[in-house]
Amino acid sequence: MTIVLEGRGITQDYHVREGFLGGSRTVRAVKGVDFRVERGQTLAIVGESGSGKSTLARIIALIDPQSGGTLKIEGQEIDISRQRVTHELRSKVQMVFQNPYGSLNPRQKVGDVLMEPLLLNTRLSSAARRDRAEAMLQKVGLAPEHFNRYPHMFSGGQRQRIAIARALMLNPALLVLDEPVSALDLSVQAQVLNLLGDIQDEFNLTYVFISHDLSVVRHIADQVMVLSKGEAVEQGPREALFADPQHAYTRQLFAATPVVSVDAIRARIARRQEARALRSA
Amino acid sequence: MALLTIKNLTVRFATSTGSFTAVDGVDISVDKGEVLAIVGESGSGKSVSMLAVMGLLPDTATITADEMRYDGQDLLHLSPAERRRIIGREITMIFQEPVASLNPSFTAGFQIEEVLRINLGLDRRAARARALELFQAVGIPEPERRLKSYPHQMSGGQCQRVMIAIAIASNPRLLIADEPTTALDVTIQKQILDLLMELQDRYGMALILITHDMGVVAETADRVVVQYKGRKMEEADVLSLFDAPQHPYTRALLSALPENATGGRLPTVSDFMAAEAAR
Repeated sequence: MTIVLEGRGITQDYHVREGFLGGSRTVRAVKGVDFRVERGQTLAIVGESGSGKSTLARIIALIDPQSGGTLKIEGQEIDISRQRVTHELRSKVQMVFQNPYGSLNPRQKVGDVLMEPLLLNTRLSSAARRDRAEAMLQKVGLAPEHFNRYPHMFSGGQRQRIAIARALMLNPALLVLDEPVSALDLSVQAQVLNLLGDIQDEFNLTYVFISHDLSVVRHIADQVMVLSKGEAVEQGPREALFADPQHAYTRQLFAATPVVSVDAIRARIARRQEARALRSA
Repeated sequence: MALLTIKNLTVRFATSTGSFTAVDGVDISVDKGEVLAIVGESGSGKSVSMLAVMGLLPDTATITADEMRYDGQDLLHLSPAERRRIIGREITMIFQEPVASLNPSFTAGFQIEEVLRINLGLDRRAARARALELFQAVGIPEPERRLKSYPHQMSGGQCQRVMIAIAIASNPRLLIADEPTTALDVTIQKQILDLLMELQDRYGMALILITHDMGVVAETADRVVVQYKGRKMEEADVLSLFDAPQHPYTRALLSALPENATGGRLPTVSDFMAAEAAR
């Protein structure tokens, strides 16, 4: 098995200016996390707001340089504070963002959205770029006639398909998905999760899937990392982690997640009736 | 006994491309002390029907109903003064974005005391004392300090607690909560839902919870209304709904939950509706 993504002791510091007269303090948003993901696998990173999960996603997606630690993609050590992100490197890692309403340029036609990565990173002819973009539209479940439309003409689920198509244009090895279904309705979420599953199988893609939703993580992940306040408090294969969470924070997260089961509902109603009977007695 | 009864409610919006029907002939009723969940996806009209009750829709909306009755009073034909005695006092509402629901220019204390002075006629000192009590009742830590805080100085969960404190300030008999935990983390969501259920129980309020989240429904509701594209698909008590959903759309929604997935693929609503049509 080849390791596509590896991180050792990744940290991220932000310098926060305090007050009017300068003076600053350092906030460590990611406090030394380790991870490795094999080709074709999905690492889910779970955490609440402020856990550092999106900060980590931006480091893995080569958008922000890490403050410390080593990051390897397909065995190559990368620190973008010291090296340029080459076209080849950019082609390996692509990202899909949470909000498909914000991540697509409203003035850009869908076809141009898809062709732009090729224009910037490859030397393909315009005809070849167009062919690939049209093929990709179909792959993600849209139609060729969508090529000349603008993002506002699409629903949230369709826009997320466009964002996924854009991320796939350069044949990446690794896709960083930052809450890709959080803004979507349940039925649309199911379609997008199915699409992500299909293209992962087809292209043997490796995913880093950022989410706060444990039911989605349980469905899609192979490996799970639980982040809290910048620390990976627990990490392991999905089955083991869900069957027997070790860390107190993981258990707290599980306990807070609503359970959709008839037994749980029955127990809740019984508790409520009991409490009422007790009071009227 | 029904506290709020709505029969055949239709809400149309005038748009540049003609009239759009957001709510289409919906009946909803909620009993005293009952928790009703209205569940649906975006565009199902779940919020619009409640905004119509509250009178919060813009002028472009046309509201028609055979009946809209609160505790024996006809909400459709009340004078503005009579409406004000009910809306905002006996029926109150909280919204999805707690930080945006509060006015950023005033302290939390000012905003709750304003409600207490105007709606309940309390003087300044009594309002301050009652505000403090309410902040304690909704579990805001350091309530004295928080009365002086501005919304941006508080977390989303704390702002939602402030909103809830304002909403229960007049001892309402019906609280409408529109996606009250959607913007919050799961651990905070649990705290807010627990708080709403506790207050509902303690004060015997009726609670209408508008949500898209089946998990939230399972954890809170007595009865459930499922809406889709402005129409009511199904209405059932919570146990029957999850145990034996009657409408294909409800079955589709439940099977689209990732936790109900069998194997790699999730059945989608369109698959489901197609399969139902073929049967």
